Amino acid sequence: MISRLLYHLGRYIEWHAQIYKIQGSWKMYYKETLRQMYDIGIGSLTIVLIISVFIGAVTAIQISYQLGGGLIPDYYIGYIVRDMTIIELAVTFTCLVLAGKVGSNMAAEIGGMRQKEHIDAMEIMGVNTSSYLVLPKIIAALFTIPLLVFLAAFVSIVGGYLATVGTGMFTHASYTKGLRTYFDSYNIFMMFIKSVTFAYILTSVSCYQGYFVKGGSIELGQASTRAVVYSDILILVFDYLIAVVLTI
Amino acid sequence: MIKISNIHKSFGENEVLKGIDFVFEQGKTNLIIGKSGAGKTVLLKILVGLFKPSKGTVLYSDLDFFNLTKKQLTELRKEVGMLFQGNALFDSMTVEENIRFPMDMFTSMTTKEKQMNVNRVLERVSMTGINAKFPSEISGGMQKRVGIARAIVLNPKYLFCDEPNSGLDPKTSITIDDLISQITKEYNITTVINTHDMNSVMEIGDNICLLELGKLAWQGRKEEVLDTKNEDLHNFIFASPFLQRLKNQALK
Repeated sequence: MISRLLYHLGRYIEWHAQIYKIQGSWKMYYKETLRQMYDIGIGSLTIVLIISVFIGAVTAIQISYQLGGGLIPDYYIGYIVRDMTIIELAVTFTCLVLAGKVGSNMAAEIGGMRQKEHIDAMEIMGVNTSSYLVLPKIIAALFTIPLLVFLAAFVSIVGGYLATVGTGMFTHASYTKGLRTYFDSYNIFMMFIKSVTFAYILTSVSCYQGYFVKGGSIELGQASTRAVVYSDILILVFDYLIAVVLTI
Repeated sequence: MIKISNIHKSFGENEVLKGIDFVFEQGKTNLIIGKSGAGKTVLLKILVGLFKPSKGTVLYSDLDFFNLTKKQLTELRKEVGMLFQGNALFDSMTVEENIRFPMDMFTSMTTKEKQMNVNRVLERVSMTGINAKFPSEISGGMQKRVGIARAIVLNPKYLFCDEPNSGLDPKTSITIDDLISQITKEYNITTVINTHDMNSVMEIGDNICLLELGKLAWQGRKEEVLDTKNEDLHNFIFASPFLQRLKNQALK
């Protein structure tokens, strides 16, 4: 098992040298990047919005339940919801969901191209397929996923507002006072670093699984599943590592 | 012209090709024939560089394919076109975008020049007017023609076809064979076709190589096929009971 892990790690790292070797027209890369941006960004907007509203709503209700009793001031709910969503929940939830939606799609798309000989066709033409098929996806993800995460954080805070102020649990004034209290812009920086790192992980790991797929439809399904599982595990591992490094 | 010498290829313990020597001639349709598992596809993939041989050389004119510099390889790639068994047309692109792909990727042609080239090759394969259609919207035979159009759009010197007749009805097969043969003569290119279609062998086989269990079992022209005493070729041709019956009737 360790030798397999090392084999894939080595191949994954070695493969990166190919990804950044651009061959052919920049215009084609640009066009493909825009297409990927649309697919990742617009294509994931609805699911990200739905999840974010509920993340914020549930966080606000759970926190108020656990800290209720009058010991903690009401406005702390807004403050905790804001920081939890910005530092952790919006970015991690969004990227775990995107690993499932976007990551599995990328693995299936590239794996399907491998099986239908599209990759062979491009290679015979002289295209560096590692680069042309993967780099636009990585660039698109690095731009769009942080934007989705920022949006998710905002919508989560709104979700918390709707669940508490909207139902009369707290007042508008106390929730918004909490949102403005103890704000540290460093947390936004942490969210950005996490979103960029997770975007890179979920894209490159998923593309790796699709690119090197062998066999038929069963293997393609397995590769797609592996793309999601490995991306999720790595996202959680790097979530911990970034938290350690950036909060010391 | 492509000359291969002493080509060996193994996958682990399994030796698929066992020392093949052959010359694929320019301006001719060169056929690689043989039973399933004989090593035809592996040989074709070696010729186009998708597999590296375990031993042996592949010479394109006088260039050793597996010892080229990166620049030489990039230049040579532009001279190679390939038609795949499953066509390998990109699903997300229209017919026009598929044909334009090699031009968009590797040339500095203007949009007008690219458009002219697309129309020229589509006209050549009798497929005008389908520019805006997606591969899923056209039939298998039409997809083959579009595949040929994409393969010849950069005026290649070498054309490779992997089982161009598979999945086609006999009439469409003949049309595709004729088209490939005409294009070969017209452009004076080296065409290599991997097939087990006997009609192709008898109609367009200018230069044929029969593989049997990874070895070259016979080579010759279509005119020599029926007169041969080669047992492997004889078994291959008359594998079908229908052809066997026809032969027996003819002999009577």
